[in-house]
Amino acid sequence: MDKEVSCANKADEFIQMFKKGEEFTKDLLKENEKLRYRVAQLEESMAQSVDEARTKLYEERIRLLETELNSFKEKFTQVEMENKDFASKYLEVEEENNNLANLYVASYQLHSTLDFSEVLRIVVEIVINLIGAEKFAILLIDDKTNELIAVATEGIPPADTPRVKIGEGIIGKVTKEGESYFAEDLSAIAAFNPFEPIVCIPLKIKEHVIGVISIYKLLTQKSGFSNVDYELFNLLAGHAATAVFSSRLYTQSERKLTTIQSFLDLLKEKPKR
Amino acid sequence: MPNILVVEDSPTMRQLISFAMKRIQSAHVIEATDGVDALKKLSSDKIDLILCDINMPVMDGLKLVSLVRGNPTFKDIPIIMVTTEGAEEDRKRALAIGANAYLPKPIQTQELIKLVNTYLTGRGN
Repeated sequence: MDKEVSCANKADEFIQMFKKGEEFTKDLLKENEKLRYRVAQLEESMAQSVDEARTKLYEERIRLLETELNSFKEKFTQVEMENKDFASKYLEVEEENNNLANLYVASYQLHSTLDFSEVLRIVVEIVINLIGAEKFAILLIDDKTNELIAVATEGIPPADTPRVKIGEGIIGKVTKEGESYFAEDLSAIAAFNPFEPIVCIPLKIKEHVIGVISIYKLLTQKSGFSNVDYELFNLLAGHAATAVFSSRLYTQSERKLTTIQSFLDLLKEKPKR
Repeated sequence: MPNILVVEDSPTMRQLISFAMKRIQSAHVIEATDGVDALKKLSSDKIDLILCDINMPVMDGLKLVSLVRGNPTFKDIPIIMVTTEGAEEDRKRALAIGANAYLPKPIQTQELIKLVNTYLTGRGN
């Protein structure tokens, strides 16, 4: 009987223990579930924070790249502007170079001879080919009469260029004052008038005027004057004047020398009687 | 080395054009004072391009162009007229005779160089 009671107690104890074990296992399972949920939550938040960090990193990178891109764009615009500037400067230098070549050639030709008629021909060539004049005259002061007389003409008969008194009209005034004259409207004067040039350039040696170049008409294709034309006018005013003056003196002295030489030859021959 | 024949009676223009042609790489300039002189130079030298004035003594530029175009040896040489004759009918006449291009004076050096380069490289034909 005691054995049966003891067995029943033990069985109750075992059942109690088993129930407790069951409860404990259930608690453990619940706890495990909670922990799993927590782990899942933590994993999710971790993943989220990694994504956020990455996004921030990318955003930062994009910002840097945008700054870099803007700086490149700025530099590109700057280089483009510099390039344009260089291109226009190059064109300016080219033009200046061409102008200097024109001036050099004109100057070289003017001083290439001491023959008066040759110098006049060169001045005519320069005025036609480099300036682009169609009708013009070169007038020099006659020391005896103190009047301007045409020594070379182009496009107009020499007879159509009358003598001009110093101080009279445009040509006379240019001679007297030594200042170039440019008509305001180059195309305005249609008919040829020997006293009304569209351009009149004094031929000056320092301040002494020896004559003028009087232009009446430009070539059809020449509509106006450029910077190099004014440079050429300045060059003609000075260089053509010295070339004309020195060649005239040289030609005159050559002629005198020939006359004297002939006279001397004649004298040498005379004693034979 | 391209040989450029400059036919021009004015020494000033000859020198100016020769100056401009020096800026074309390795170009060599041969000068002639009129049409007859140009024909002599054409016979003695191999010419790649002719720059020719119209108003010249002895033989003018238009006569020279027609003779060059009528000669089987020279007929393909490009000819650029450089002249004071700026009227449209003068230009048409020169082109009708056989000139390739027409440039009125006073010349713009850059324009001349560009035109010469165009014909020397065959782009003008």
